[in-house]
Parts: sequence; C-alpha cells; structure tokens
Amino acid sequence: MESVEYSPNTPLEYQSETGRLNILGFWVFLGAEIALFSTLFATYLVLVGRTGGGPGPEELFELKGVLIETFLLLTSSFTCGLAIHYMRNHSLKGVFLWIGVTLALGLGFLGFEIYEFVHYIHEGAALTTSAYWSGFFVLVGTHGAHVTMGIAWISLILIQLKQRGLTPDTTRKVFISSLYWHFLDVVWIFIFTAVYLYGMVM
Amino acid sequence: MKLDEFFVTGDPLIYGADVSIALTLIGAIFVLTYFKKWKWLWTEWLTTVDHKKLGVMYIIAAVLMLFRGGVDALLMRAQLTVPDSSFLDANHYNEIFTTHGTIMIIFMAMPFLIGLINVVVPLQIGARDVAYPFLNAVSFWTFFMGAMLFNISFVIGGSPSAGWTSYVPLAGLELSPGVGQNYYLLGLQIAGIGTLLTGINFLVTILKMRVPSMKLMQMPMFTWSSLITMVIIIFAFPVLTVALALMTFDRLFGSHFFTMMDGGMPMLWANLFWIWGHPEVYIVILPAFGMFSEIISTFARKTLFGYKAMVYSMVVIAGLSFLVWVHHFFTMGAGGAVNSFFSITTMLIAVPTGVKIFNWLFTLYKGRIRFTTAMLWSLAFIPNFVIGGVTGVMLAMAAADYQYHNTYFLVAHFHYVLISGTVYACFAGLYFWYPKMFNHRLNERLGKWSFWIFVAGFNLCFFPMYFLGLAGMPRRIYTYGIGDGWMSLNVLATFGGVLMGIGFLILVYNIYYSFRYSPRETTGDPWDARTLEWSTPAPVPHYNFAHLPEAKGHDAFWIMKEEKKQGKAPEKKPYKPIHMPSYSGVPIIMSVFFFIAGFGMVFSWHWMSILGLIGVLATMVIRSFDYDKGFYVSVEEIEETEKKTTL
Repeated sequence: MESVEYSPNTPLEYQSETGRLNILGFWVFLGAEIALFSTLFATYLVLVGRTGGGPGPEELFELKGVLIETFLLLTSSFTCGLAIHYMRNHSLKGVFLWIGVTLALGLGFLGFEIYEFVHYIHEGAALTTSAYWSGFFVLVGTHGAHVTMGIAWISLILIQLKQRGLTPDTTRKVFISSLYWHFLDVVWIFIFTAVYLYGMVM
Repeated sequence: MKLDEFFVTGDPLIYGADVSIALTLIGAIFVLTYFKKWKWLWTEWLTTVDHKKLGVMYIIAAVLMLFRGGVDALLMRAQLTVPDSSFLDANHYNEIFTTHGTIMIIFMAMPFLIGLINVVVPLQIGARDVAYPFLNAVSFWTFFMGAMLFNISFVIGGSPSAGWTSYVPLAGLELSPGVGQNYYLLGLQIAGIGTLLTGINFLVTILKMRVPSMKLMQMPMFTWSSLITMVIIIFAFPVLTVALALMTFDRLFGSHFFTMMDGGMPMLWANLFWIWGHPEVYIVILPAFGMFSEIISTFARKTLFGYKAMVYSMVVIAGLSFLVWVHHFFTMGAGGAVNSFFSITTMLIAVPTGVKIFNWLFTLYKGRIRFTTAMLWSLAFIPNFVIGGVTGVMLAMAAADYQYHNTYFLVAHFHYVLISGTVYACFAGLYFWYPKMFNHRLNERLGKWSFWIFVAGFNLCFFPMYFLGLAGMPRRIYTYGIGDGWMSLNVLATFGGVLMGIGFLILVYNIYYSFRYSPRETTGDPWDARTLEWSTPAPVPHYNFAHLPEAKGHDAFWIMKEEKKQGKAPEKKPYKPIHMPSYSGVPIIMSVFFFIAGFGMVFSWHWMSILGLIGVLATMVIRSFDYDKGFYVSVEEIEETEKKTTL
C-alpha cells in the first residue's frame, strides 16, 4: 500500500498510510470530544439560575474582556489555517511564522481568561460558590485546559519541525493539531453564545 | 493518616484476603525469578503491541475479575441464605454489592468482550494488525491499571459502598466520607480512557484495514457487532468521563454539581450516569450477539439467516440505546409524558432484538447441528435471554415499574440478560476461539460438565428472584426477617449460586487440563468454520497473513474451501516483506503513572497526583518524539514461519 503513486497535488500528510489513518482517527476522536463538551454544556444549562443565593452571571460578566478573548481565539483559528496553507505550499518559514502567531494569540486568550477567572473569584464567585458557578468554571475551564494542552502540544511539534523539516510525519502532526485548534474555536463560539450572551440577557 | 486507617483492619475475611494477595504476589515473583522469565515477560508480553497477545491479556484479566466478582456474589448469597444472618455487617455487604456490580460490568464483561474482539476482529477482516497498535497497548494498560486501582480498595482504605450506580447524595462527601468512592471515580476514569481509545481504534480498523475485497455488507457478523459497539463507545464514554469528573470535583474540590446545597442537583447524576449506563448495556450485549451469530452459523453449517436484518437491527438498537435512559428511574417522578416517552422507546428495543432471535432460530432451522460446548452455550442463550427480555418489557411499562422498581424482580431481570447474554457469550467465544489463541482446544467433556452445571445453577439462582421480587423483597438489603417469608427461595438461589461457582471452577480446571493434555492443533480450522480468521495457520504467525486473503462474499473462508474442493487452488504468489509495528514499553509505564496519579487523588495526596500526571505527560512527550517506523519481516522469515505452521 505504501507503493501507491501520488499526484503532486496530494498533500504530504496524506501520502502515508499512517497519515491517512491518523487523520481519520483524529476526526473520530473529535466526535468523542463533541460528546464530551455536549455533556458539559447540558450540565451547565441545567444548572443555570441555580446560584443558591450567591452572585449570578448578569452581575459579573463583562462584555469587553469576553469580546477580546473571542477576537483573539477566532483570529488564531484563521492564522492556523494560514499555517496549513503555507505547509501545503512547502514553506517551512510560513508554517513557523503563522503557527507562532497562532500560539501567541492562544496565549493571549489564556491570559485574558485567567484574568477573568481571577476577577470572578475575587468578586465571590468560585467553583465552590454554587452549582451555577461550578458548571461555569468546569465548562469554560475544560475549554481553557484544552487550549493550554494545545499550546504545549503544538510547541512540541514546532521543535520536531525544526529538527526534521516538512515530512509526511511532521506535516501529519501539524495538520492534526490544526484540526484540534479549529475544534476549540468552534467550542468557544458555543461558549460565547450559551454562556456569555445568554448569561447577560438572562 | 495512621497506618490502621490506610489498611483496612478488623475483619477476618479481609485479613484472609491480605494473606492470599501477599502469597500470590510472592508466588508469582518466585516463579518468574526461579524460571528466569522476567525478561521474557517484559519483551514478549508487557511491551507487546500485537493485538492477539493484548487480547489474551484482556481475557486473562477478565477471568481474574470474574473470579473476584464471583466471590463477591457468593459472599452476598451466603449472607442472604437465611434470615437475620450475621455473616456480613451492613456496611461490608454494601461494599460487596458495589464492587460486585462495578467489577462485573466494567472490569469483567467489557474486557472479556474487548479481548475477544482484539484477537478475532483483525483476523476476520484480513488485517495484519489494528490501525493504531501502540494505542491498543495504551488501551489495555489503562484498563488494567484502572481495574487494579479499583480492586485494591478493599484492603487499602476501604471499598466504595454506594452501589455501582453511585447515586448521590449517598455517594457524596457527607454520606460517604471515606476514600472508597474516590476509588470508584478514579478507577473508572482511568479504565474509561482505555475504552474510549479502543472505540476509536477498532472503528478505524474495521472501516479502513479490511482486505480491499471485503465490502461492508460482507463483513462477518461479529465484526459488524464490534463496529456498532465502537460507535456506541465513542458517544457514550465521554458522558461517563464528564459525570465521573464532576463527582470528583464535588468530592475533592468542593464544587456543587450533585450536592444538596447551593443549587446542586442530585438527579443530574442519575441522568448523566444512565445516559452512559444504558448504552453501556448494549456495549456489552452487541458483541455477544455477534459471537452467537458466528457460532450458531458455524455449528448449524449454514449461512446466517437474514444477514441484512441482523445488521440493521443492531443499528436500530444502537440508536435506541441512547433514548431510553430514564427507564432506570421512572419513580423519580419525571411526569407522565416523559415516562410514557421512555416507556415506548424502551419497548421498541424489543422489536429489533426479537428480529435477531428469530434470525438465529431460522439459522438453526434445517441446519446440521453439532452440539459442541460453544454451541451449547449459544443454544442456552436463546431461551434464557428471551426470559430476560420479556421481563425487561414488563419493567418498561412505567406504571407497572412502580411495583417492580428496586426489588429482586429487577435483579433477576438484568442478571438474566447480562449472564445469559454476555457471560454465556464470553464462555461460548472462549471455547470457540480458544484454538486460535492457544493452539489447542478446550476439553469438550469438561466443557459440557461445566456448561450444564453453570446453566442449571444460573436458572436456579435467578429464576426464584423474580418471585422474591414480586413478593416484595427489595434489592440491596443486607438481611431480612423470618416473618418476611423469603427464606426458601433464597436458599434455592444460594444453591444455584454455588452450582455456578462449581461450573466456573470446572472451566478453570479445563484450561489447565487442556493445556496439559489436549492435542495440539494440526490445522487452523478445527471447527470447519466459515470466516477468515480460520484461514490462518496454527499457530497464527505474528503477522497474521503471509498473503492477504481474498473475500468473495459472506463466509469468505467457506467460499475458499468450496473453491478448493472444486479444484480451484489459489495461485502461489511470492512473499513480500511485511511491515509490522515495534513493541514499546511506553504504554505500560504511562499507565503506571496514571495509577500513581489516581492513587494520589484517592487519598488527596496532591504531591503524588501531580507527580503521576507529570509522569503521564512525560511519557506522552517521549512518544511524540519517537519516530520509530516499525520493521519489516523479511521474506526468509516468512518462508521459515510458513513452513513451520501447518495448514
């Protein structure tokens, strides 16, 4: 099976059997991730309003910080796409540049999110305050933990790119991590809608 | 923490267990050292990524867990035989039914089935390994370490005692302050990682690794059932992951998901648990259906009746499995409309299941039936499973369920479906595929003794429980009064339980006996069977197929044999080098770190859990930087191996 001839248009990451299998497997994994986040969303939505006499979201949510987070993460998804575009054009430099930008934006997102969390805790809304805030911190925190993992993972892949250049193996890893990054972006859109927008109009 | 809080003390049964665990460990270490087998154990088994060996290890672990869960069951039966018994106290009894249920479902039924899937499915589809061999080893070892973490609870720290369903508030911090419930949460969480990875691995394997000539609608039924099971795993297990994580947060970090105060919602746990839990029931029954299909078809010497109907009914069952979870708590008071909806979806499941029962019967019809042990288990399955299924429909009627709920009627029902479905299938599959795994058959005479004793015992044990339930005996009580009038049926049930134990012991003895005395296989096809796994020689080479086989329809191997009889011998092609993955020690080491992290969290020793998690991440990094591409089996080695094997 390894001896199949590829057209010059076949992307590097699809040229090996391992590449094709791993990419498909990762899509399936994202299916499981959707089930995981769906459960967290369902839990959060069930617990909306159950603040047990403590502060509610409408008192604490501020549009500005959340909008900055949204802007940073959505842009990072676009730059991540650019990185794949340069990878397809065999430009290692372009890949480094745009993944670098992606990671920087991701770090920015995390920074604002941590600031936001600290702010809420300071205002008396922590994981232990009420069921509502438990749901909030675990849902948004799980997303944040995913972003953190993504940044660490992609950084390691950058080291491997530096060591090995663009090969079927390294491009596979870059491509798969890009799927993961876009997925986190999609999840954030739901968080933005179901948690923040809904929380502010509640 | 004092030492006598760390180790469970005060109960002679536990001291006995301590001694036997210590003796077993010392014995194992002595044997391995005396026969200088450590290196062999490490290089051949602990680091293996070969699906056949991983499958065997799954099955060994599952049989051990069956023993453990069975001992739990017999202890319960011993306690309930006579009224006002003081053999076990209430808390000990609670711990035992909790570990019995959890172990039997999570650490016995699933690994037994996944073990057989590991051994058989790649061979059935003509593959040389699974899609992700390394991940397969991670799956096994995380399951194993999760199981070990859960199992040590009864000697270290104390077992969970809130039932395998762990309903809150009983399982919450106020009412279960010990570490037992943490063991449940962490053990299942770690094992769950492995199950999810298995789901992804085998889904991709079955979709992408089949021999190119095998169409989806030509796959053997066991492969089909595995494929559908994997889809259920992928969508059900993340729900369990979340549910367990939320309860862990509640217990360790003070969140309020399921608490009674500050807005927490105890019934949320019941919902989340069963959104996973009901599909889980089908995760352990669909592969069983697949195995029965293979075995009945083989020993009736007929193609499976209604192949397409079989496939579609499994798809329907898989879909419905996500829409019935509320039937586990009709009495919660969700209201008439909700209960009616779930009542109807539950009853609907009987339709595709009924279709399957009839298909098996029609496969048997006019077949030339051979009564091997594997076939006997499959034949006993049909009537026993129907009893379980029909009582299931009785339970599905929400209004009537208010009467049956939480009684022994329910206990009888789910043991009838799980034992005569899953456990019979595990035994049938074990007898059927044993020669593929170990190159000799299990003794048929002992097998039949074990079969008859176990099946008689099973029916004696659980049929009376239907009547105990109708007579009002609640489940999970540790004793009852003489005036309740439940004694005679309980005595009968205990007698049946003992027979089941004897049947199991005969099976274990059979494994030893057959290892010593059973003639070695001279062909890869001892049963005159129909699917591609039987086209491999005995013993199966580590690369499975020297040439990839060709699938020309249902029962691909049967077609090959028919063509051979007509003189159409397949042309001899030269061998080509075969690519195989390298063994790796990373999976087991990663899982040991998972164990350490889990153990630390159980006792809230945060330094230990952080250390464990760092270890897990470090092994992942090591794996990421490992560009090992596997190796090629040379043509000379293939020729050498093929000469040694007999076909």
